[in-house]
Amino acid sequence: MASSNLEGFTADISKSLSGPNWLSEIRNKAHSDLDQVEAPDTEEEVWRYSRVNELKLSELTPSSKRPENLTSLPIERFSSSSATVVLQDGWISDITIGKEAEEAGVIICPAGDLEDGAKYFGAALEKPVDLFGYLNRAFGPEPLVVVVPQGTVIKDPIVIVSLTDTNEAVFPRIMIHCEDNSEVKVVEIQTSSNVEAVISPVLEVTVGQAARYSHCVVQNLGAETWQFAHQAVDAGKDASAEFYIAGIGGEYVRTRTDCRLTGRGAFSRINAAYFGEDDQTLDFRTFQDHISSDTTSDLLFKGALADSSRSIYSGLTKIRPEASRTRANQTNRNIKLDPEAWAESIPNLEIENNDVVCSHASTVSPVDENELFYIESRGVPTSVAERLILEGFFNEIISSFPVQEVSAILQEAIVGKLDRRTLNQSEQQL
Amino acid sequence: MTNSSLVIKNLHVSVSGKPILKGVNLEILPGEVHVVMGPNGSGKSTLSYALMGHPEYEVTEGEVTLDGKDILALPSWQRAQAGLFLCLQHPIEVPGVTLESVLTESARAAGRETSTIKKQMLEEAESIGFEEKFLERPMNVDLSGGEKKRNETLQLGVLGARYAVLDEIDSGLDVDALAAVSQRIQGFTHDQNLGVLAITHFSRLLEVLEPDKIHILNDGCIQLTGGPELVNQLEEEGYQVLLGN
Repeated sequence: MASSNLEGFTADISKSLSGPNWLSEIRNKAHSDLDQVEAPDTEEEVWRYSRVNELKLSELTPSSKRPENLTSLPIERFSSSSATVVLQDGWISDITIGKEAEEAGVIICPAGDLEDGAKYFGAALEKPVDLFGYLNRAFGPEPLVVVVPQGTVIKDPIVIVSLTDTNEAVFPRIMIHCEDNSEVKVVEIQTSSNVEAVISPVLEVTVGQAARYSHCVVQNLGAETWQFAHQAVDAGKDASAEFYIAGIGGEYVRTRTDCRLTGRGAFSRINAAYFGEDDQTLDFRTFQDHISSDTTSDLLFKGALADSSRSIYSGLTKIRPEASRTRANQTNRNIKLDPEAWAESIPNLEIENNDVVCSHASTVSPVDENELFYIESRGVPTSVAERLILEGFFNEIISSFPVQEVSAILQEAIVGKLDRRTLNQSEQQL
Repeated sequence: MTNSSLVIKNLHVSVSGKPILKGVNLEILPGEVHVVMGPNGSGKSTLSYALMGHPEYEVTEGEVTLDGKDILALPSWQRAQAGLFLCLQHPIEVPGVTLESVLTESARAAGRETSTIKKQMLEEAESIGFEEKFLERPMNVDLSGGEKKRNETLQLGVLGARYAVLDEIDSGLDVDALAAVSQRIQGFTHDQNLGVLAITHFSRLLEVLEPDKIHILNDGCIQLTGGPELVNQLEEEGYQVLLGN
């Protein structure tokens, strides 16, 4: 049973966390449920190939106090954000709302500041799907709520920086609601110092009728940090929900994304780029649930794996009986750069309606020999040719990101990793 | 004896362990145009890939020197830097990689000026009727067959090779594209003394390119060498009669 490993996750700590009564009740319930929650195991399909069995929860305690010292933050480059939020060790430590967003009536605050804050909790994720979800409920500090009012278009992105600077277990929670016909972009920067933290963030997004939501995740955690992230989105009638993920840092980082296309005509997109090096493991699980008719989902994950790094892409696109005229694309491409690198790719379709257009594709291969030969045959040295191909490989994802600064961060991260690779190769040749 | 030539001596090449070339001998001097013709499966494309060092083509015997330099010991990119260019029969599409970046990196590796690459590309594009908008596309992506061959010719011009191997540059080209490409290559042989090894099935390439020698490759060997008149003879008689089979 999971509880036997959770000695540090006491009811007292859960009860000591601040917030409104409804939140305390959620925490209490989740904590008492922990007894019944099985610990994740790699025997289960959803945890296959993961490193969850290496995690020693018994050695962890949850972050229970709001941190006092703010570390410097990587937000200077977002010169034109409509608002910035800082979460430190999961706790909301700063909210700055710009004029545009403020005048438009955008709400960005701790959930307890809203009379009806409880209604956003669980709006896209009614119950936790695994132990980390329960722990997030039981030990999460007060969640952040973002509400974009009906018909409002916010041009500049809302930037949320989630910074972790502790060796504890950390449970941030962000709940976003786009009212009907609104439009907003959110950039979430996940970063940590050189700590052995285990972060289990939850993101819930509900997108109202005809609203347009984009979310960019820059996962740039420290090399020792572990993360089990869960993102859940529910898209209403004719709504559009787009997720863009840059998987850069961390030691073991799992990102589960659940897209529920609830309303007729809803659209979802998930584009991800990831680049593993050293012994990183980057683990992605996606669930695209086509509930209504005329829904579309588009998914493109591209990754490169160097050294002895590993990646997992496992995705399920599910077409329910009512979801006629669904269109769904699911593509995962991986380039394995070194013999010790490893990528697992498992795209799945579950179709319960005949009137659909669905495709899925996945590849795991080294850099294409013919592409490499062709570029080399123009006089380009092998390592440079490989770089050009990799930059080109990621370019499709980078250029799709809707926020220029995020594209730039991803581009720089990829160039940085390629630089290290070139340097290592030239050192090996010496 | 002059040192300036591309010399292929007793070249044996295997693909997946199967011998394809069984002792090819050729010498191409700067400014000369040599044409290699031969039936399907005779080893024409193998010759071009092996010269450029494609990893699937294993040289089991023989030597190739470019202006006196043994190029078989070099990786592909150094063969290119030494002055060899391969115009592929089916140029490879490389998504996300621009022509300019490739030509710039090649110039950088050669220690040449990189700032003029774009200008050179535009000049070469104009000279062969390659639309400027195609220069922005990733390498060969969404280009037609004719555009791809123009693109190859453009690269030959910018890289300024000493010897070019043209692997069926004429196949699938429309009349205009063939004229543009072959005239430009003819210009390189005249103005820059480019040595050409043209592999082809058809005589129409040779209406513009003035071949010095025609070689018939069959069963992995050059079985017959002659002047331009060999092309007409071949068209009339076919390979079987010409080779006395």
